[in-house]
Amino acid sequence: MKLTKTLMATSALTVAAAGAFAAGHGMSDSMTLVSWGGAYQNSQQKAYVEPYLAMNDGVSATWDESSAEAVAKLRAMNEAGNITWDLVDVVAADAIRLCDEGLAMEIDHDEVLAAAPDGTDASDDFGDLIVSDCFIPQIVYSTTFGYRTDMVPEGVDAPSEICDVFDLETYPGKRALEKRPINNMEWALLCDGVAKEDVYDVLETEEGQDQALAKLGTIKDEVIWWSAGADTPQLLADGEIFMGSTYNGRLFSVIEEQDQPVAMMWDAQVFDLDGWIIPEGLSEDRLARTLDFVKFATDTQRLADQSKYISYGPARASSAPLVGTHADLGIEMAPHMPTDPNNAANTFLYNYEFWADYRDDIDAKFQAWLAQ
Amino acid sequence: MTDATAGTDQTTTGSPATTDAKGGMIAADGTPLKKSLSRALRRQKMRALLLIAPLLLFVLVTFIAPIADMLFRSVENQIVRETLPRTVAALSDYDAGGDELPGDAVFEAAYYDVFFAAERKLHTRLGSRLNYEQTGASSLFRKSGRGIDDIGEVYQDQFEDLDERWDEARPWAELMGDPEWIAAQDAWSEDDGAMPPFELRDGIRDVLPRTAMAYETFARFMQTEEEDSPLEEEPWTVVHTALYQDISENGVAGYSGPGADRLQAVEALIASPDFETIRFQDGFEEIDEDWVDPEIWKTIKTYSPPYTSGYFLNAVDAQKTADGPALRDEDERIYGLLFKRTLFMSMVITISCILLAYPIAYLLSNLPMRTANLLMILVLLPFWTSLLVRTSAWKVMLQQQGVINDVLVWLGLVGDADRLVMINNQFGTIVAMTHILLPFMILPMYSVMSTIPPSYVRAAKSLGATNWTTFWRVYFPQSVPGIGAGSILVFILAIGYYITPEIVGGTTGTFISNRIAYHISSSLNWGLAAALGAILLAAVLILYWAYDRIVGIDNVKLGG
Repeated sequence: MKLTKTLMATSALTVAAAGAFAAGHGMSDSMTLVSWGGAYQNSQQKAYVEPYLAMNDGVSATWDESSAEAVAKLRAMNEAGNITWDLVDVVAADAIRLCDEGLAMEIDHDEVLAAAPDGTDASDDFGDLIVSDCFIPQIVYSTTFGYRTDMVPEGVDAPSEICDVFDLETYPGKRALEKRPINNMEWALLCDGVAKEDVYDVLETEEGQDQALAKLGTIKDEVIWWSAGADTPQLLADGEIFMGSTYNGRLFSVIEEQDQPVAMMWDAQVFDLDGWIIPEGLSEDRLARTLDFVKFATDTQRLADQSKYISYGPARASSAPLVGTHADLGIEMAPHMPTDPNNAANTFLYNYEFWADYRDDIDAKFQAWLAQ
Repeated sequence: MTDATAGTDQTTTGSPATTDAKGGMIAADGTPLKKSLSRALRRQKMRALLLIAPLLLFVLVTFIAPIADMLFRSVENQIVRETLPRTVAALSDYDAGGDELPGDAVFEAAYYDVFFAAERKLHTRLGSRLNYEQTGASSLFRKSGRGIDDIGEVYQDQFEDLDERWDEARPWAELMGDPEWIAAQDAWSEDDGAMPPFELRDGIRDVLPRTAMAYETFARFMQTEEEDSPLEEEPWTVVHTALYQDISENGVAGYSGPGADRLQAVEALIASPDFETIRFQDGFEEIDEDWVDPEIWKTIKTYSPPYTSGYFLNAVDAQKTADGPALRDEDERIYGLLFKRTLFMSMVITISCILLAYPIAYLLSNLPMRTANLLMILVLLPFWTSLLVRTSAWKVMLQQQGVINDVLVWLGLVGDADRLVMINNQFGTIVAMTHILLPFMILPMYSVMSTIPPSYVRAAKSLGATNWTTFWRVYFPQSVPGIGAGSILVFILAIGYYITPEIVGGTTGTFISNRIAYHISSSLNWGLAAALGAILLAAVLILYWAYDRIVGIDNVKLGG
């Protein structure tokens, strides 16, 4: 009896080591993935969840569309001592916050993530995009402006610069801006004569904040403030606004998939990152499954595959050459990536450290200014 | 209570009562009437309590307790004291009102606190907490967690150059640890379960007090958190710093136990003029200049008590300063405005609901049953529709390129260029919320009105009253309880609404609950969210109390 057990255990180990042990050794057979829903979650489902499930018989994945409230919910779960999520998709700023709060697991990127096909370490392949020890980047997206081509006044060139947003004389009409200070304050300063490299030094000061708000004040009456990413596409499609900021993937779907008379204005787009974090406090078998999945889901090919379904740039340098055509529309995706050289002539990278410090303070001011 | 009174009647009438010596009534069994009465009452109360006990417990556990827990966060502030215990103690006589930096003792205490907090990864949590009070604290603590090692490395490097054993795990463990513990730890294997807890060697604490404290913290942390044996892990650099401090202050001349020669070598090294030292304050300054700005120390001092009024002050647009509470700058005040706006708009919504619901409820209660039922379904249909769908529908209706504006332009009432702005402002919120909350007003009104006997109205008319007098003097007073019930329902629901204002409110139509939601889910400032929630709850309770005093809560009827 004992011999059989030992034999079985040994053979199981051998099989597992060979990597052919389908259900995995000591791994739980279900995962709860948290994401944003919609087209983005769909791209993840198609690019790596379905392939992973096909490779691993008997494993199931459940989606929870809670990324927008992930920080608060993870904190509540942590306090209740019952973590029900295995892998959570969050924006980089939230990942930093979760890491600071001790709610996300710190990882060794080279150990946990796959190396690039040419052998480059994961941490070099992702480079600067690893903005926190807990953060596993997936995509680069940007917040940028779209405008209605049929509302451009006659005899005027279409808007092409960020400051056209603040130019009500040449480009009359409503604008949509996000109901938070981040990005808007930077754009306002940029169009109020502050040099790009000085923006955050100016924004640190009271006078700089007032200056930015004063500049925003010049268009305040013409602005509709949005809080959900879907607002601007809807407002553009309905002709409610002339131009508005939103995530570049949303604009791609308005332009290419819904065929609306809308065009992109990439100038001064703000890059931001989205990626996974692993919650702190997973049991061993769940953690093993999560690590196995995340290694697969963030390898070079899988991240490149994701860009077939949505116009967000893969976070790995080695994925960029593999970006192909859209799965349904068949158009080349590279020119629609925020990172494409033609689109990225003038860009910002979301300043995580600045906003981690100043967000509470400037947000209070911004909201007070809005409410007046 | 009705039963109890009936019971009393029976006792008094059923058995002839007599009086005792003092003139009090006595029951049939000889006990004073008062006593037996209260005993009977108590028994009945107990029975009633037992019957509702399951529900009461359920409500307590699932409703009252979580709310109380959440509200408690509005004053709770243990984190500063727990993360920086030595610093808080050292700051006790620091004058937060002045403009001076605290003394060396505080920097020393902060060094140990921040070091241990960084190892336990608690420093960033404290940073986020203090960042609510002082901008910049978040990155200050994050940087300090990364840079705090630099201070100890100054000493570690020099000790290591002197004697390599100062950088090895085992010699340190033998210097600091109890020999019996070392033997037990050596014999320990993973199958034994928990490691034998670290014990300091007898007397070492007297010779090297700081080192003993630092090493003990290190060893316990390794054992419990990392599950590594302290015999195999080289100690943190904080232990080297502590060793330098101990030896330079007291010397080790009188010590002759194990490792005495090594310690004396260190003493000689420290005494040599080449020995490099670093002031804690300079070390902190190197990490970030903000540490030598008194502001951060004032903030830590101000927020060191375990309970704080800071969140409540924030919630009323004030802040805690060294000189007591002070109002915030004009351009940062927002909560007072939002509270006022929330109350005002909730009242407007309640009044519009009354005006719209009254005729409908009147119609419903006076129509024949069949038609009334049909109309009732029309009232209930939107009630059963998702809140988001109804709100989004209003967006389609009210926006500038929306249905209403299109119709107005088509009719020629409004020019195409100046379409009305009816959404993303107060008007939009009031319209959408009035519509959404209308059923909560109609239903109680209807159930009260349908019980008003039509004969009263006929009687009034037959006695010569005009239609208006009949309505105002006879019908209306009887329908007031319905208005009361509906108003309380609508008002309390409206005051806490946040989805609809968020979607259609723009900047002028948002409520205080939108800020509460922001602090719960985005800024993670749960303390402030709890304080705002507590104020909102208190406001509702006060209004409820005022309503009870003015109208009387007995005048509220949800039906029959």
